[in-house]
Amino acid sequence: MSDPQLIVDDLHVRFRTPQRIVHAVRGVSFTVGREKVGIVGESGSGKSTVGRAILRLTAPNATVSARRMAFQSVDLAGASENAMLKVRGRRIGMIMQDPRYALDPVMRVGEQIGEALDGRGLSGAERRARVLAMLEAVRIRNPQRVYDLYPHEVSGGMGQRIMIAMMLLPEPDLMIADEPTSALDVTVRMQVLAILDELVTNRGLGLIFISHDLNLVASFCDRVLIMYAGRIVEECRAEDLAAAQHPYTRGLLASLPRIDARRERLSVLQRDPAWLND
Amino acid sequence: MTEPAMIDVNTLRISFGHGASLVHAVDGVSFTVREGETFGLVGESGCGKSTVLRALCGLNPAWSGDISIAGAALARPPDRAFFRRVQMVFQDPYGSLHPRHTVNTTLGEPLAIHGIGDRDRRIVEVLEQVGLGPAFRYRYPHQLSGGQRQRLAIARALILEPRVLLLDEPTSALDVSVQAEILNLLTDLRRARGLTCILVSHDLAVVAHMCNRLAVMMQGRIVEELDVAALAEGRTATEYGTGLLTASRGYDRRLAAAFVEKTEE
Repeated sequence: MSDPQLIVDDLHVRFRTPQRIVHAVRGVSFTVGREKVGIVGESGSGKSTVGRAILRLTAPNATVSARRMAFQSVDLAGASENAMLKVRGRRIGMIMQDPRYALDPVMRVGEQIGEALDGRGLSGAERRARVLAMLEAVRIRNPQRVYDLYPHEVSGGMGQRIMIAMMLLPEPDLMIADEPTSALDVTVRMQVLAILDELVTNRGLGLIFISHDLNLVASFCDRVLIMYAGRIVEECRAEDLAAAQHPYTRGLLASLPRIDARRERLSVLQRDPAWLND
Repeated sequence: MTEPAMIDVNTLRISFGHGASLVHAVDGVSFTVREGETFGLVGESGCGKSTVLRALCGLNPAWSGDISIAGAALARPPDRAFFRRVQMVFQDPYGSLHPRHTVNTTLGEPLAIHGIGDRDRRIVEVLEQVGLGPAFRYRYPHQLSGGQRQRLAIARALILEPRVLLLDEPTSALDVSVQAEILNLLTDLRRARGLTCILVSHDLAVVAHMCNRLAVMMQGRIVEELDVAALAEGRTATEYGTGLLTASRGYDRRLAAAFVEKTEE
């Protein structure tokens, strides 16, 4: 593991609702270097909230607090909104689950990607060249044509590559990908992961890969954090996931159907209230 | 197996639109499902697998070819007796239940439509069978979790005591721990009632777990049919089937390169 780029220490996120305060993230600590870190958990475990809290993209009714949350030399917990604008997108990029919602439907793909270069004093031609080069880097074979398409004219897999291109253009050091392949078919998923893998490896990026899919994360990432009810209950190297210790992780793994080992019944996860407190 | 054919589909074709925008969503699909068997339909989005299922349960009247269920040809529109034999469970438990109907209303409606009496007993019984219990009887869908809603959808399908259950991605909106509960429930009910099922899914692991045989669909056609033993051992016959199986196993840097090369565009 290389030097940590991102340090999160004792992160808490609380949502105020009219009825009560929901403590969604309860003391999460981890670091990310130039590596692929997976955050896995079921719906409501707080995994997406962690990703959003790093960029301070949480909803207005959320309170984010941490003993320390720093990215390189930037103190993310204490930074002003102005300082965050210099971090978001430029130094930390974020890829969302569904490109159909994340892309602007009334703007051509190329112009949309080019927005990431705003304020750099590039000429129109330079800007176009940079965007086309990036579309090629995400293996789009005919960048000239795709540049002029609208988001509804591209497939899901292509849309996700466009998102990756847009996020990589400002050359960030860290990418947060929130379920980037969950809306895609399995073969398209392979293509998108291969591109992500290559870019992360070649450019020395850090990647936070948020997913509900244990097997996928284990096969794609270097390290895995398993979240349950707002806490990280287990952390291990991806190849050691099969030997995970925590009963929650073990229960999740056992409840997965498998292609190559048929069982009469799947084991059902028994939740232990004690997991909320250890 | 020597059981008689429960579902027989022959050269089924379904198209949408006309003129230049004509799309052959299903283009000559044939398969047979024997009584008591669970048959899987797998493939990627747009391959036509759900369209086949919708035609089978009478939701898509614009088909050509032959469909027969329990020896009787499927009429257009299907008669009422057909719906007592064939019922369906949909993918999205949030969209497939009426938000302002209580569990009791949802379950009572099919009984009322088919003029079946003894409703109280049947509702309590089916709730018990899907593991919800009588306490849920007067709740609304928004008071149920995703897994409980899917149990209710299964109860609604089963209350008419059908012989055929059509399952369209029944667990893809659920967490894996809840998915395990629902799949176990389906396994138990299938055995107890001797149901014949067709399961449509994009998840090969779910299909491998639930089915006896499966068909791989691509662009409206069945490209390959195999049994689960062959699937488990990776004995797929077509390049497309092999690709699907490989991609379903998770990420592998060596293998992934081949998928990028095959990319369109």
